[in-house]
Amino acid sequence: MSAETGQFAAEAPSPASGAAVSVRGLTHRYGGLTAIEGLDLEAPAGAVLGIVGPSGCGKSTLLELIAGLQAPSGGAVAVERRGAAADRLARCAFMPQRDMLLPWLSALDNAALALRNRGVGRRAARERAGALFERFGLAGFERARPAELSGGMRQRVAFLRTLVAGKPVLALDEPFASLDAITRAEMQAWLAGALAADPRTVVLVSHDVEEALYLADRVAVLSARPARLVEQLSAPAPRAPDRDAAVTSAAFVAARERAMAALHRGSR
Amino acid sequence: MRRWALPALVLAALVGAWQVAASSGALADLLGLEPFLVPSPAEIASALWDNRSLLAENASVTLREIVLGFAIGLAVGVGFAVLLRLSTTLRLALYPLLIASQAIPIVVFAPILVIWLGFGIGPKLAIVALVCFFPIAVATLDGLRAVDPEAIKMMRTLDASRRQALWRVEMPSALPALFSGARIAAVFAPIGAVFGEWAGADSGLGHMILLDNGQLETAREFAAAGVLVAIALALFGLLALAERRIVTWR
Repeated sequence: MSAETGQFAAEAPSPASGAAVSVRGLTHRYGGLTAIEGLDLEAPAGAVLGIVGPSGCGKSTLLELIAGLQAPSGGAVAVERRGAAADRLARCAFMPQRDMLLPWLSALDNAALALRNRGVGRRAARERAGALFERFGLAGFERARPAELSGGMRQRVAFLRTLVAGKPVLALDEPFASLDAITRAEMQAWLAGALAADPRTVVLVSHDVEEALYLADRVAVLSARPARLVEQLSAPAPRAPDRDAAVTSAAFVAARERAMAALHRGSR
Repeated sequence: MRRWALPALVLAALVGAWQVAASSGALADLLGLEPFLVPSPAEIASALWDNRSLLAENASVTLREIVLGFAIGLAVGVGFAVLLRLSTTLRLALYPLLIASQAIPIVVFAPILVIWLGFGIGPKLAIVALVCFFPIAVATLDGLRAVDPEAIKMMRTLDASRRQALWRVEMPSALPALFSGARIAAVFAPIGAVFGEWAGADSGLGHMILLDNGQLETAREFAAAGVLVAIALALFGLLALAERRIVTWR
């Protein structure tokens, strides 16, 4: 699952066999309400799949279904070709919309949670999680409580916690929605760098078309509830080092307009 | 400053008014009683001083009942809350019994406990624990149930077992609620101890109050009651201190 295979896969999506995440004819209902209907999606190993859609369309539900937090009412969801919810849960790390850092733990202990849950001793877990703090621009904040961190730093600790879980697939639910515009742009560039250094298969849900087009290799545009696939488009320059240049290029602007048009079609 | 000065001022005003009303005989006249039955704060203070060793002896007995009974109530209350949190079946089955346990009139139950458990410390501990158990169990269970479901989801995707989610997320987030329950229990505990001693005891502040009442030693009764209040306040204060040391993230 190196960076090369990830990019190659993104350019020429292989059939289901090579997909790290595959969604086939997925339908999900809550009582009488249909949240998702007949959805087909696929994320090759090492690629970032962006999912955008109007708010309340079931994006978060889709992510929870992929991550194995819920079982679908119909159709199939598979992560690394395993369909059972427990198997998906074992292969996906989920980053919720709010950072969900535990206020009674230090930043370091929050980041090390997955290791502690797996029975790694406190010292070894802190050492392993702490090794990443420098790279994530968090050096010196290991012992800080979440309340002492800025919004951007909290989000970075939350992402670190997701990464330290060491799972092949990351499910990110609007990871930067709570941040202001400038911090959000910084965090997008930062996440692009983090994924270049440590490639994973990522399913990224966002309500922000620009964010999805910058961070993802492919972006799926979903319709209003019940969520159906309106259009899938390739990103012109996924995770380009110079974010500001990338999002203002002609190709990016055109892709954004296409995605916006698809969103409008799907909202009707 | 205002935190201490205001209640101190109110207390001083009340005690001052009582002193004047009692020492002038106005209070006794009003109640139609002999003046020696209505002691003034000064008389109570001197009874406190004159009987200091007797009061200390009996207070140590009652303090033991309160502290041990509270500890048992705390352990059983928290344990009960955790069990009811882990199992919906248990919660549905036992929650009504939990409420019923508090509807039992302690005054009726205490003598029965003395018949069952004898005249030693046993029935007192049982009553104090019973009185403390309820507010702690209910508050802790509410705290456990109020945990953010997103946090539990997050823990599940980080490979947490049910027990790990309970100890690492639910228990810490329930701690403030647990302490609220414990503070209420701390104030109820001395009342439980007194009822326990009234049902049958040969020492303790409750026992002393009962004897003094029979002998019309009202000043010493008030002194003993004052010691009981001091015990309740000390326990309450200790719990507030412990909460501030433990719940540092609020």
